[in-house]
Amino acid sequence: MTANNTSNADVLLDVNNVSLSFGGVKALENVSFNVRQKEIRAIIGPNGAGKSSMLNVINGFYHPQDGAITYKGKTRKQMRTHDAAAQGIARTFQNIALFKGMTTLDNIMTGRNLKMRVNLLLQALHIGPARREEMEHRAYVEKVIDFLEIQSIRKTPVGRLPYGLQKRVELGRALAAEPDLLLLDEPMAGMNAEEKEDMCRFILDVNGEFGTTIVLIEHDMSVVMDISDRVVVLDYGCKIADGSPDEVRANKEVIDAYLGVAHD
Amino acid sequence: MVETTTNGGARASALDTFPKLLLDNAVRYRDAHATREKEFGIWQSWTWQELSEDVQNLAAGLAGLGFQRGDKIAIIGDNRPRLYAAMCAAQALGGIPVPTYQDSASSELEFVMEHAEVRFAIVEDQEQVDKLLEIKDACPRLEVIVYVDPRGIRKYQQTFLHSYADVQADGRERRDKDPAFVDAEIAKGKGSDTAIILYTSGTTGTPKGVVLSQDNILITARNAVERDGLRQDDEVLAYLPMAWVGDNIFSFGQAYVSGFCVNCPESSTTVMSDLREVGPTYFFAPPAIYENLLTNVMIRMEDASRLKRSLFQTFLAVAKRVGCQMLDGAPVSMKDRLLYALGEILIYGPLKNTLGFSRIRIAYTAGEAIGPDIFDFYRSLGINIKQLYGQTEAAVFVTMQPDGEIKPDTVGTPAPQVEIKIAENGEVLYRGPGVFQSYYKNPEATAETKTEDGWVHTGDAGFFDSDGHLKIIDRAKDVGKLKNGAIFAPKYIENKLKFFPQIKEAVVFGNERDHVAAFINIDLEAVGNWAEKRNIPYASYQELSERPEVISLIQENLQKVNIDLTTDPHLSGSQIRRFLVLPKELDADDGELTRTRKVRRRFVAERYESLIDALYSDKERFSMEVQVVFEDGRTGTISADVQLRDVPEVSPVAKAS
Repeated sequence: MTANNTSNADVLLDVNNVSLSFGGVKALENVSFNVRQKEIRAIIGPNGAGKSSMLNVINGFYHPQDGAITYKGKTRKQMRTHDAAAQGIARTFQNIALFKGMTTLDNIMTGRNLKMRVNLLLQALHIGPARREEMEHRAYVEKVIDFLEIQSIRKTPVGRLPYGLQKRVELGRALAAEPDLLLLDEPMAGMNAEEKEDMCRFILDVNGEFGTTIVLIEHDMSVVMDISDRVVVLDYGCKIADGSPDEVRANKEVIDAYLGVAHD
Repeated sequence: MVETTTNGGARASALDTFPKLLLDNAVRYRDAHATREKEFGIWQSWTWQELSEDVQNLAAGLAGLGFQRGDKIAIIGDNRPRLYAAMCAAQALGGIPVPTYQDSASSELEFVMEHAEVRFAIVEDQEQVDKLLEIKDACPRLEVIVYVDPRGIRKYQQTFLHSYADVQADGRERRDKDPAFVDAEIAKGKGSDTAIILYTSGTTGTPKGVVLSQDNILITARNAVERDGLRQDDEVLAYLPMAWVGDNIFSFGQAYVSGFCVNCPESSTTVMSDLREVGPTYFFAPPAIYENLLTNVMIRMEDASRLKRSLFQTFLAVAKRVGCQMLDGAPVSMKDRLLYALGEILIYGPLKNTLGFSRIRIAYTAGEAIGPDIFDFYRSLGINIKQLYGQTEAAVFVTMQPDGEIKPDTVGTPAPQVEIKIAENGEVLYRGPGVFQSYYKNPEATAETKTEDGWVHTGDAGFFDSDGHLKIIDRAKDVGKLKNGAIFAPKYIENKLKFFPQIKEAVVFGNERDHVAAFINIDLEAVGNWAEKRNIPYASYQELSERPEVISLIQENLQKVNIDLTTDPHLSGSQIRRFLVLPKELDADDGELTRTRKVRRRFVAERYESLIDALYSDKERFSMEVQVVFEDGRTGTISADVQLRDVPEVSPVAKAS
């Protein structure tokens, strides 16, 4: 990957000394890292390292006790989830969170919710501007469907789809929001090799075609090393390494964390 | 805008190439739809006028990239209007499209690219670009790659990669500067030019490139259009590979000749729903697709409510009784007509709508034998499905069934201007306007297949029945003779046997023997069901296959086949006289079948030599032992006491009276 220069101008998200605890449990301790525009940034670490907590902090679901987050140049301590969404942060979940009874198309349409300007009444009556607007949204959703190659399941209720495809639909819903920052929580969990390969390609293509910045959590090391520009490693809530995949791979602490050396 | 295309030879002789036809269609059919593609959930369409502009722009753009007269251009991808346009654009410049199978591995692709000396390639997407990049070093002649879908390719640095849209835009500029260029290039083309090279996969050896001229394709296409009365307002669905000759005729040749609209599915996984949306009026599918559709319908009917099921059964019975006659215009009683009309409203209409067959005027099937039940099922619903017999070397049409003269087991009468003769050994030879020029860079193979005076060896054995319809019975090399001189076509008899649901596999013997004898494999599911309904106990496949009731059931089937064979003077001598039911299923693990489930006749004959000898003796029982390989790789032995049964011969005279 090309070497990025580290000037602040191209930093989209800066996490600064963030600490988060639940009662006595310290989920995150003084974690700092940044995410540059248009990069694919991975967060890895053993179970319970605080990866999902980190994502939840970024999109405002958890509020850290300490530290600050600078997003698009604005520093804040707290952000509510719908503000995050309005600011262009979209995410997928570790356990799929789709509307099982709705079709693929309708699920992805919900991703457009924030972009809808017409009031609820007009939408319900489906007249005038609402109709026009829906056509615009539908056109964008169709682009997403084409992009993710899920035309054949457009009208299928997602509850009937296999797991790998549901993950793809969930990615589609996040993409429909036209995010600047996309947070992916274990996008390949539970997938077979072929599905993983497809998902990798989609992530790279989202990054390449839409220029979307991506932060992803993943367990599968080979995947992370293949597609990420930079990797941050967490262990027991602390950052233990940060750098290019090759640097991280060679880092002694990372190897220890993964192979399980006794902690003092 | 309905216009017939049968306006004499003048148009045909002036418009002797695809590009010339395109220019003419752009004026003649102007705003009628030439092609559609479903993209972003909507059918996007091109009028003939728009298509003509696109093709000319692309041609000018290709010329700008150095495309020369005689250059070969690979076309790789799913059925896309832009890829069809690319074929015509190449032809406009005197180039030769070489469509290749989109799912072929890069090594297979490499052979074709090298052998055809391809300089240019127009491909659908990143997947195909990647394959070409992989073999680029091994194919030094390949200079330019143009891709339709830019997705994922933006980061590629190679300067020989161009996007389709850019090439077209560049072509538009070139045409602004030099408006006469493309027209002049098109005018240079003539009917004897090579239109296309199609590589046939071939079961043995390396693929052969079949060279077809503009005349080959366009005259054949025009003849078939006239024979079937295809019109400008017809619609087809282009979903079979572009590298296959059939698609080239149905979705390209006939579309240009008659001006009908070619619809390209959204993706290979949406074909069935796209079929329903388009509702084609002219349709081609291999037998397997008709079979699958029928199976799906039957499975879904199982789940329907009792009322619906009984309506379905009642009216299907009506259709079975009179549907085919009505389609063929035979006289049917008033009562049946009324019942059929009611059925059309309640069952047939909605069913055809679900299948996407509501508007079909003509449907074809070819490639292999279609089960008579399946064939009649569709015909009885009023779907005019017909068979044809064709080859890449003939630009498809050798024979086709004329409307109203449909039989499930023949492939029809010779296509217009095609002559057919049957050789001494039963092989079918043909000659006609579609006969290919040569196999590309393979004069030996050309000489083996095509005689000096233009006759082509099909490799298939067949004969004409009393109505002048061609009947293909087998590969010529597999056809033998009984000792009494009667023709013995094993595959033909085996296919007839396998159309019975109770018979899974059959192997018949008879070459150089006194009579025909058969090995039968029962179908565990079908026969098992049958046995359960009759309270016939069995514990295993072997036990079921040894039940006398089962053997009698099979014997009845064989008798039906014998009766069927007597209807044909050529084949009535090869009735099955003796048979046995094998105690084990023929299995690929034991080497008896290929992995694609075709019987390895010679291997089976050697392995069961003693059984065959027993069949040709007068024994009634025979104890056999045979080794089998289980799925986990262990081997075991099956021993069985096989019963050998006679089947009475049916006299052809008795049948005829």
